[in-house]
Amino acid sequence: MYLATTGRRAAPASPPTTGAGRRVPAAVLALGTVSLVTDVSSEMVSAVLPLYLVLGLGLSPLQFGFLDGLMGGAGAVVRLLGGHLADRGHRYKHVAGIGYAVSACSRLGLLLAGGATGGIAAALAADRVGKGIRTAPRDALITLSSPPEELGRSFGVHRAMDTTGALLGPLAAFALLWATAGAYDAVFVASFCAGLLGVLLLVLYVPGHHRPAARPGPAPARAKAFAALRDPAFRRILWAAALLGGATIGDAFVYLLLQRRLGLDPGWFPLLPLGAAAGYLLLAVPVGRIADRVGRRRPFLYGHLALLGAYLVLLAPAGGPAPLLLAAVLALLGVFYAATDGVLMALAGPVLPAGGRAGGLAVLQTGQALARMLAAAGFGAAWTVWGPRPALWGATALLLAALAGCRALLPRDPGAPVVPGAPGAPGAPAAPGPSGARAVEFAESPTSARSTS
Amino acid sequence: MTTQLTEPAPAHRLGARARTAVTVAAVVLLAGSTAGYALHAGQRPSGQQAAADASFGLAGPALYFRDTATGRVAHQPLAAAEGGAERTGGGPACDRFHTAGGTALCLRAEPGVLPKTYAVVLDRRLREVSRTTVPGVPTRARVSASGQMLAWTVFATGDSYSATGFSTRTAVLDLRTGYLVKSLEEIPLTVGGVRYHSPDVNYWGVSFARDDSRFYATVSTKGRTYLVEGNMSDWSARTLRENVECPSLSPDNTRVAFKKKVSDDPAAPWRLYVLDLRTMAETALAETRNVDDQASWTDDGTVAYALPGADGRASDVWTVPADGTGAPRMSVAGGSSPAAVAGSADSADAP
Repeated sequence: MYLATTGRRAAPASPPTTGAGRRVPAAVLALGTVSLVTDVSSEMVSAVLPLYLVLGLGLSPLQFGFLDGLMGGAGAVVRLLGGHLADRGHRYKHVAGIGYAVSACSRLGLLLAGGATGGIAAALAADRVGKGIRTAPRDALITLSSPPEELGRSFGVHRAMDTTGALLGPLAAFALLWATAGAYDAVFVASFCAGLLGVLLLVLYVPGHHRPAARPGPAPARAKAFAALRDPAFRRILWAAALLGGATIGDAFVYLLLQRRLGLDPGWFPLLPLGAAAGYLLLAVPVGRIADRVGRRRPFLYGHLALLGAYLVLLAPAGGPAPLLLAAVLALLGVFYAATDGVLMALAGPVLPAGGRAGGLAVLQTGQALARMLAAAGFGAAWTVWGPRPALWGATALLLAALAGCRALLPRDPGAPVVPGAPGAPGAPAAPGPSGARAVEFAESPTSARSTS
Repeated sequence: MTTQLTEPAPAHRLGARARTAVTVAAVVLLAGSTAGYALHAGQRPSGQQAAADASFGLAGPALYFRDTATGRVAHQPLAAAEGGAERTGGGPACDRFHTAGGTALCLRAEPGVLPKTYAVVLDRRLREVSRTTVPGVPTRARVSASGQMLAWTVFATGDSYSATGFSTRTAVLDLRTGYLVKSLEEIPLTVGGVRYHSPDVNYWGVSFARDDSRFYATVSTKGRTYLVEGNMSDWSARTLRENVECPSLSPDNTRVAFKKKVSDDPAAPWRLYVLDLRTMAETALAETRNVDDQASWTDDGTVAYALPGADGRASDVWTVPADGTGAPRMSVAGGSSPAAVAGSADSADAP
């Protein structure tokens, strides 16, 4: 797009080591395409599911919500397993492919389950398992396919493509429902076909081998389930992600607060997440590039600062036009996701040894997800006891404290382009050496930061 | 952005041209399958015709219900044999349906990025009288015995299935004045004798008394559900009892059938009970399965309700005696939203 290559040349970061450095790596584009197609597939189902369950099957949403929560917990375990399996023998592509295939076939399960609630629950569980299995190996593939100094942009491109799919999915589903006069099974069939296409694209276009034998040394020995936890730099990132995750109240609550604050017609409620997703989509690539310039630590922290800003806007005394408030909160949420989601992976990726990357990322994602689950539950309880405003003040104070803690906790810049051409050289970026520190100082000069825009 | 899928050093078994060919073939095949299936599904006789057939009307005595196979309203004799083979179809297409006093309320979902519900009011001959559009997924519909007061509840849907919370919105329509209360949440509520203010109150499952003013409903707040008794004329409501959902007032107005949460097991939390409003004594009904429906009285001694269906049907209608004796009996295979229409003696007093 408008992010021309001229901007990159002005970057003071270490020069790209390969000719492909200026372009987004083909493997990342391929993974992004797979995610796009897969997200169209899964969001199609997500969008029609409440209607299908409540009207088609008479399932109570409360009942379903409870089952869903249980499945979320199982998903965390599966994710760790997927990461561990992928690291053993560098089977990132295989394990990710199995995850994509399981999710695709779960749509067939939905179709075949008919009205049986047990069958529906099993199909949804299979979808969750597939998602759990594939996430860490896929992110590991992204880190292994791009030069470490461009990881931020690679994740930005991937997440932008992923979000595009998520936005297109519901549109496709409702177009299909409209065209078929309400045939949910046609949506499931379309979702299954899209899922299969995703698997095929993965098989055909994502490279499977990632120099497993190129580097003799400790790689096989490091491929233990929680080996990454021994690395102090990784442990700090994990603690930081968990700490900040534990101060995140969850989108649903933000939207609910926004709706109450504005007295928004409930009919518009489902559009709020789309607003935030659009912001994420637009900002993911630019923020990723900025993260490559200035190091990933600051965008990650500033992203949470944007979340803090969203809380404060919600808490601000009444006044001001409603559309402005709405736009401010949704934009801040978009910034929050753009600056934290892929950036966290880019932050942690280079710290992890190549042989333990998927497992390490899985531990990180699981830690963050569990912390967020606890935070949402805690916020829900606080809301019930104290009411929404005091609860949000509490969350704001907590997030501020977590931010201060993480500012101290996070390694100065573990994700910075330290050693050129060494993606995942074991142990290399664990402690920011003098060269790393220099790169950060250089990158943090205001001129280079401004040259991004 | 130009997507250049040029590989630096891939270890692929297939060449670039072969991969492109396979991809194109797969896209054609999968898109074709989707289109073919959608075409087939769209041409299925799914009863999407919204209006009722001219010959179909509200005449009793009969049990009206939604036929799950066609999505349209049908009826059968009240004392039909098990499974109900003598059903008459041809009613309007509805997702939730209720009828009393010569008025029918038909809730129809309109899927979309913003899901909507049409609340359609129909007269004795099932011609459309009025229509209201509300956001959400329809869940409960109720008409008062006189046919003058109507209430409906929709789920305000979340955006995705990872959201565990849900919220409901209940509206009340008075046909005599045409006045529509868009949300019952504005009614002043008293909990345990104290005026109650909380932003998280949710109402659902309204059931009207014979005077067309008193009503019973569920209110949920702070994780608890209450039976609430309200009054439309003095615009107030108070809680009577905890752990009551989806009340349904008996025709003689002395008892309320409801579902009570008896278990924390998410697969089977509810059981049907009847509450005597004079003694406030509860009776568990003979139905031991999990019931997630607002029961409907077919007479003063029997309640009907929907359960997940057997043999791949979406749901079946069952009946059980209201005094805790007897055993549940399947009335309609493949049905939901049961509503009994009494004898035809009152068919002259059209609204």
